[in-house]
Amino acid sequence: MTDLKDKVKLPLRLILLGFVAVLVQESAVSQISIFGVSADITPLVVMSVGLLCGSLTGAVFGFGTGLLIDLVLVQTLGVTSLLYIVIGYWAGRLRELRDPSHELVPLAAGALASAFAGLGMAVIQFLLGVDAPVSLLLLQQIFVVVLVNTLLALPVYALVRRIVRPVLPEDPRRRRRRAYTTGGLSPLQQGAARRGLTSRTTTR
Amino acid sequence: MHDKQVRRRRAVLILLVAVSLILLTAYFGETPTSPLHSVQRGVVEVLSPVEQGANTVLAPVRNAAGWVSDTLHAKSQVKQLRAQVQNLTAELAQAKGAQLENAQLSHLVHLDNSIGVAAFHPVTAQVIARDPTLWYQTVEVDKGSDDGVRLHDPVIADRGLVGEITEVSATASIVSLITDHTVSVTARVTDANGDTGELVPAVGSPNQLVLQYLQPPNPGQVQNGPQAGQLVVTAGFKSNSLESWFPANIPIGWVAQFNEDQLFNDGQIQVTPAADLRRFDVVQILTAAQPGTERAQRP
Repeated sequence: MTDLKDKVKLPLRLILLGFVAVLVQESAVSQISIFGVSADITPLVVMSVGLLCGSLTGAVFGFGTGLLIDLVLVQTLGVTSLLYIVIGYWAGRLRELRDPSHELVPLAAGALASAFAGLGMAVIQFLLGVDAPVSLLLLQQIFVVVLVNTLLALPVYALVRRIVRPVLPEDPRRRRRRAYTTGGLSPLQQGAARRGLTSRTTTR
Repeated sequence: MHDKQVRRRRAVLILLVAVSLILLTAYFGETPTSPLHSVQRGVVEVLSPVEQGANTVLAPVRNAAGWVSDTLHAKSQVKQLRAQVQNLTAELAQAKGAQLENAQLSHLVHLDNSIGVAAFHPVTAQVIARDPTLWYQTVEVDKGSDDGVRLHDPVIADRGLVGEITEVSATASIVSLITDHTVSVTARVTDANGDTGELVPAVGSPNQLVLQYLQPPNPGQVQNGPQAGQLVVTAGFKSNSLESWFPANIPIGWVAQFNEDQLFNDGQIQVTPAADLRRFDVVQILTAAQPGTERAQRP
């Protein structure tokens, strides 16, 4: 029973997180103009979830968040979800393959996610057909949005981590790395310790 | 075990992408009355009270950020606005004379000249959500069909036309701004010739519109053609059909500095919107159709 409760906690938190993120974005963040554009926290939230929870969860979360945005804003259904699936999946794969631990990784990932969302949206809109003339200023606008989003990437990641981390299942690789860095024994050191040798970590 | 995980991951990814593509294709080919559009309207209707609540709760945050932004913006605008006031004062003097003359002439030919905004039953609405993307220039407002709002009703803000209603639910509506690539308005420059053209957005440039299909002025009468700083107003009919969705003479913006070659060769000039399309919180929806149009006769 407790196990089932634990399993449900993460999806519930993610659903709530996606809903609140979209609501805050549309009701507040979109209405604040910075350097003539509005920040978009939703690709940052999707990227953060991918980085923290993995590719599968990231992709599903991206799909759900994108679909909610398309529904709420009465846009062409499927466009935003398609872009956010890629962002969530890619961020998750980055974690699974590289397991980056540097503190500035969310910053770079946020910039890439925002750039992908902006350029991807432009490409899809061109494919769907644009009736009006398109200004080259569009590229400048996308660049400014990416810049503003990059500044917000770290706080958004920190907030998402605070919400999601308590209910994340323990990742064996992270547990192992934490043990090494906090003075625990690696399997090699355990063998040496059994043979009576002391390591630098244990003599400290 | 690992292979199974990889297979599962790939299957889910393919499924999600396929669902997105199916939705995109289905939605793109649908009419506005079709099931997917109805689902969207339903979601808007369900979520609009929540959005209204969030809008109220988050108002102090928005106001604080807006205040900082406005203060910085206002400083740079002072000089430009002073010059504009001088121009407008001169234009107002001329307009007053013309208005008087117009009233007398209209009276003579028994025309009803009450084309003021009040005649269109304006409904005041609050902006509760805004699209953050550069491609969909839409806002959601807290008034819907229950308040008499209908599809294609013109929407104005404090300084001029901002867009038209493109989706209506019972309690909320979606406004496509004049900077959205799906919106076009027939507009008139208030110059001596009364040049009329189709106003379309310049996608990617939120503070710029393009007035196209203008008749280039005769080389000897360039001064009668469009000049920078002149007011651009609605012409009173929509370009893609004969219906008059936008009442005449609603200010849209000002003629920006333009290259004369562009006017002579392409029949285009740039227009700067009068309303700040990223900063308005309250709009007025003109709910009564213009008299004499096909739409006015619909229930």
